[in-house]
Amino acid sequence: MGPDKPTYKKIIRLAPKLIIVIALLLLINFTMMESVVIGTLEKGLVFSLLALGIFISFRILDIPDLSVDGTFTLGVAVSVMNAFNGSPIKGIILAVVAGAVAGCVTGILITKLNVQPILAGIITMTALYSINLTIMERPNISLYRKDTIYTMAKDIFGEDYYKLVVSAIVLLIASLLLFMFLKTQAGMSLRATGDNEYMVRASSINSDRMKILGFAIANALVSLSGAMYTQYSSAGDSNSGTGMLVVGLASIIIGEIFFTKHTILFGILSAITGAIAYRYILAFAMNLGMDSNYTKLFSAVIVAVAIALPAIKQLIGRTAKRFSKENR
Amino acid sequence: MLKLENVSITFNKGTVNEKKALDNVSLTVEDGDFITVIGSNGAGKSTLMNAVSGTYEIDKGKIFLDDKNITRLKEYQRARFIGRLFQDPLRGTAPNMTIEENLGLAYSRGKRRSLNIGIKRKDLNLFREKLSELGLGLEDRMKTPVGLLSGGQRQALTLLMATIVTPKLLLLDEHTAALDPKTAAKVMEITEKIVKENNITTLMITHNVSNALAYGNRTIVLSQGRLAFALEGEQRKNMTVEGLMKLYSDNAGDAFTDKMLLD
Ligand SMILES: Nc1ncnc2c1ncn2[C@@H]1O[C@H](COP(=O)(O)OP(=O)(O)O)[C@@H](O)[C@H]1O
Ligand SMILES: [Mg+2]
Repeated sequence: MGPDKPTYKKIIRLAPKLIIVIALLLLINFTMMESVVIGTLEKGLVFSLLALGIFISFRILDIPDLSVDGTFTLGVAVSVMNAFNGSPIKGIILAVVAGAVAGCVTGILITKLNVQPILAGIITMTALYSINLTIMERPNISLYRKDTIYTMAKDIFGEDYYKLVVSAIVLLIASLLLFMFLKTQAGMSLRATGDNEYMVRASSINSDRMKILGFAIANALVSLSGAMYTQYSSAGDSNSGTGMLVVGLASIIIGEIFFTKHTILFGILSAITGAIAYRYILAFAMNLGMDSNYTKLFSAVIVAVAIALPAIKQLIGRTAKRFSKENR
Repeated sequence: MLKLENVSITFNKGTVNEKKALDNVSLTVEDGDFITVIGSNGAGKSTLMNAVSGTYEIDKGKIFLDDKNITRLKEYQRARFIGRLFQDPLRGTAPNMTIEENLGLAYSRGKRRSLNIGIKRKDLNLFREKLSELGLGLEDRMKTPVGLLSGGQRQALTLLMATIVTPKLLLLDEHTAALDPKTAAKVMEITEKIVKENNITTLMITHNVSNALAYGNRTIVLSQGRLAFALEGEQRKNMTVEGLMKLYSDNAGDAFTDKMLLD
């Protein structure tokens, strides 16, 4: 590797990020009420779990998983039914298990049955649509006056911050477990499977099993996110998963603006930062008067632009070149 | 000991592109043998290795390693006893993982991937020692992602990974062909050292005829999916590159490619 770059170059390179961070903080401070600021952070923490799940499939395994919308709703369904029947904690735990099972199904379709990853995800998602409705029995369930893991913690953490604290604790536990897992032998094998499958098989690792394991973990996290969200908002909706894949992708892409290094720690921090930043950008846009119907369009545009960015840059470069030629 | 009995592989069976890549190949590799494999492009050399490693299923025949029938074992299952290097230096390592993580993965070859910590502290000392034996200074860069290394460095690291748990068999498929001559020579030197020190049974494909004679104790020549002839003992010791070329065109029925002549 070459010698370290001079400091001023580093600062110049970091400048765009710093500007984004400062602008975001200013926006948050001056344009939102405190309750909105906290509410947005709460949502950011809950949806960080979604981003972490998508980080596993899309980034670590490097395989697109389109079942996300379905497994998010699966988490919602399992969680809301159990909370409705008086067992919110059991609801969260069962949602994680159910998400893992759904992930295994997608993984098995891909590895053992040779289904294209994109199609496998769609198959699982479509099947889950019926399964979720069966679990929920009706499209909407309200948890009004029912216990949730949030309301249960109200007495301990106080009226103002209990939702923040509960979300933060769950996220902290999940990301810590994920981080530690990715440093184990199994976790390293999982990472290597996404990095270089040839090498993995040549190192006597069963890459199929690793992919299934990865999908299980990814969807357990996505389902957990749905499970938390339904108890957070005290309502379960069988459509709440729609567009969650793109929301999660948008979060990851935003996070990667801040963290470019490809280490596990940075990857996890990046997913969380991105998910929180996404919620603030969204809240700000709604503050400016954006209709809440447009939130999905908004995330779709972010993802499309971010993915198209290299092509756009190239186009601009070419146009600029042509202009400078014509002007000569 | 590796034993192939009448191994055949046909690609695209029943189509116009049908290709018999291995045609009834039988071969016995004794423990400690270092066999070099040559043959023109498309002769079936890589297919032979892929058959042994389990990358391709064979249509006919049997493969034994130490008298154990491994014909039906999957690639990753055979990898417990077989180390492998490809021509492409990018294939043997995980680029986004560090040198020590790559070695850590290789070091648990053949074991169950558990929830134990991936790299133990005492393993790090071993990795450092093994890396310094390569003489490339990699021991001071163990936290560097492998993607930042040069092709030669990556190939040397792959060699270490393939042999850090001594395999029963080492397969080398033109593993220096993509490197510049100086680096190729260095990697070849490291290869010979590791193979000799650990007495590893080795099959090495090379397109370099003088290397084929200079290294190892036997040379086999493949042509059109068949074993054309083998060289060993006195005959091999006295063989020159020109002599081998002559023998080849008399026996194999096709000529070496220009690429091979030039090397
Ligand atoms: N995966 C494959 N599918 C179809 N044909 C193949 C495949 N691999 C090799 N072949 C064909 O088999 C023959 C032998 O190839 P190979 O073993 O790669 O030769 P080489 O001796 O140059 O390594 C060639 O004709 C090649 O085109
Ligand atoms: Mg070849």
